[in-house]
Amino acid sequence: MYAQMVKSTGQPVKTLDEMDPLERAFQERINANEMIEPKDFMPDSYRQTLIRQISQHANSEIVGQLPEGNWITRAPTLERKAILLAKVQDEAGHGLYLYCAAETLGISREEMSQKLVDGKARYSSIFNYPTLTWADIGAVGWLVDGAAIINQVPLQRCSYGPYSRAMVRICKEESFHQRQGYAMLQTLCTGTDEQKAMVQDAVNRWWWPSIMMFGPPDQESVHSAQSEAWKIKLYSNDELRQKFVNQCVPQADHLGISLPDPDLKWNEETGNYDFGEINWDEFYSVLQGNGPCNNERLGARRKAWEDGRWFRDGLAAHQAKQDDAARKMPKVA
Amino acid sequence: MRPSQTDNTLTTSADGPDTDVLFCALLRLGDNCLILAQQIGKWCGHAPDLEEDIALANVGLDLIGQTQMWLNYAGEVEGKGRSADDLAFFRDTREFRNALLVEQRDEDYGGTIMRQFLFDLWHFNLLQHLCQSSDSGIQEIAAKAVKEVAYHADRSTDLVIRLGDGSDESHRKMQDALDSIWFCVEELHSPDRMDEAATDLGMLPDLVKIGVDFRGQLSNILAKANLTEPSDVAMRHGGKSGLHGEGLGYLLAEMQSLQRIHPGAQW
Repeated sequence: MYAQMVKSTGQPVKTLDEMDPLERAFQERINANEMIEPKDFMPDSYRQTLIRQISQHANSEIVGQLPEGNWITRAPTLERKAILLAKVQDEAGHGLYLYCAAETLGISREEMSQKLVDGKARYSSIFNYPTLTWADIGAVGWLVDGAAIINQVPLQRCSYGPYSRAMVRICKEESFHQRQGYAMLQTLCTGTDEQKAMVQDAVNRWWWPSIMMFGPPDQESVHSAQSEAWKIKLYSNDELRQKFVNQCVPQADHLGISLPDPDLKWNEETGNYDFGEINWDEFYSVLQGNGPCNNERLGARRKAWEDGRWFRDGLAAHQAKQDDAARKMPKVA
Repeated sequence: MRPSQTDNTLTTSADGPDTDVLFCALLRLGDNCLILAQQIGKWCGHAPDLEEDIALANVGLDLIGQTQMWLNYAGEVEGKGRSADDLAFFRDTREFRNALLVEQRDEDYGGTIMRQFLFDLWHFNLLQHLCQSSDSGIQEIAAKAVKEVAYHADRSTDLVIRLGDGSDESHRKMQDALDSIWFCVEELHSPDRMDEAATDLGMLPDLVKIGVDFRGQLSNILAKANLTEPSDVAMRHGGKSGLHGEGLGYLLAEMQSLQRIHPGAQW
């Protein structure tokens, strides 16, 4: 999940009778599965929650370029280099669609970018882990993109039109990424012993951070009820996490690798795989900035933003000169 | 340094001098694309704006595709069973045939754009002529690549004009970038013995003629960008005959590391 612990009102969800007429009409539109568009009325708390959620999602795509971009210059074949570059480029594109979706709610891209580099806006915890070997690129595709898709497919039906439409396009690309990641692991698993060991090591490191991506357990998700009522969150963290685990276990078997959880076993009664306890201390610690790569990730984005200021300002200065010259041109009748 | 008159490090094919000339010409075309794509690849996620991350990656993807076409063809012509990947990942510095321009390091995005612009403008002129090459393989690849490179040249020309004629700082950055890379320009259009042999066979156009068009267009664009063409710069040559700067070795070491650690593995 690329948006974690998004704050909403922090209050219990109001009943229709407790709402004023405008808010009630808005909630009734949502209940009837109508799409909310930028110029429609929306409560300020809905707008602010969505800004937090979409900008966090965009920031995750943008920071998400970095761990995979780490291997573009070392991809082992020309084809793999092209696939990886295209994939990282897609992440930049997702960041762009999502920033545009958030802009429809009245925040500028400049402001969102500045908040990110100032450390005031969150991005997904997953991108604070390092990509140490080439197999990590496959593991990220399979597990991280896989987890993202499980979260994002329902968001195609979320209540806010621009977000929903951005997700339709993003989901198509993400499922392609996930299949590519898995196919790459299949190639490595049928390769040399060293390559297979590389895959097992990568999966051992990425498994737990991937299942943490869905966010804290439901009983600790204080903001979920309101987001679910607004249909900007359609399933609970634990429901999505369980779906992900159920999907991954047979895929790991097919690769011939193990998942690093001794408690992972099929439960006939529930029809799900049971899994071990998640280290939530690690999750919160990474969110607070203490993950293995938080400093590098934020530092890289800050450097790109600050070093690139002259470039953005230069283009703006040129445009201003052109506009000025156009104003001074005599008008032809 | 003057243009190299000899190219002793080239692999010699069994089929005689014409094949050697074609093989060399193809390596030069492919290596330019490969080294520049490698340089571009490192920017994705680090460019000044999202649009730049996306656009520069597009250019890089085109160049990787062109590398595959040129080097696969080079491998076929050589006839020793080497693929594009073999040529990209298992040659060392002295065997690379790229021009010095594309291997120049860019710590600043102004340098990235200026290097790209100089290459794109020359590359576009070259590819237009390669569409009429006497060699049908070159013709086919050039016909595909020229469409992509027309866009590259449009984009980088536009950026050089806007940044050169932008703010004081962007103007200074672009002038600095031009001054620091200018020593590589002449090599692009100075034929050496191999180029002349390829021109005689009709495989390559006359690089001197291309140079006249290229330099004319370049002067016009630099004037529009308020940039001054450097003068009294000692021009350097040698990249296309395997005499590179020290930086190329590091670039290749990074690019080739996985293949070198796991020789023979499939990826």
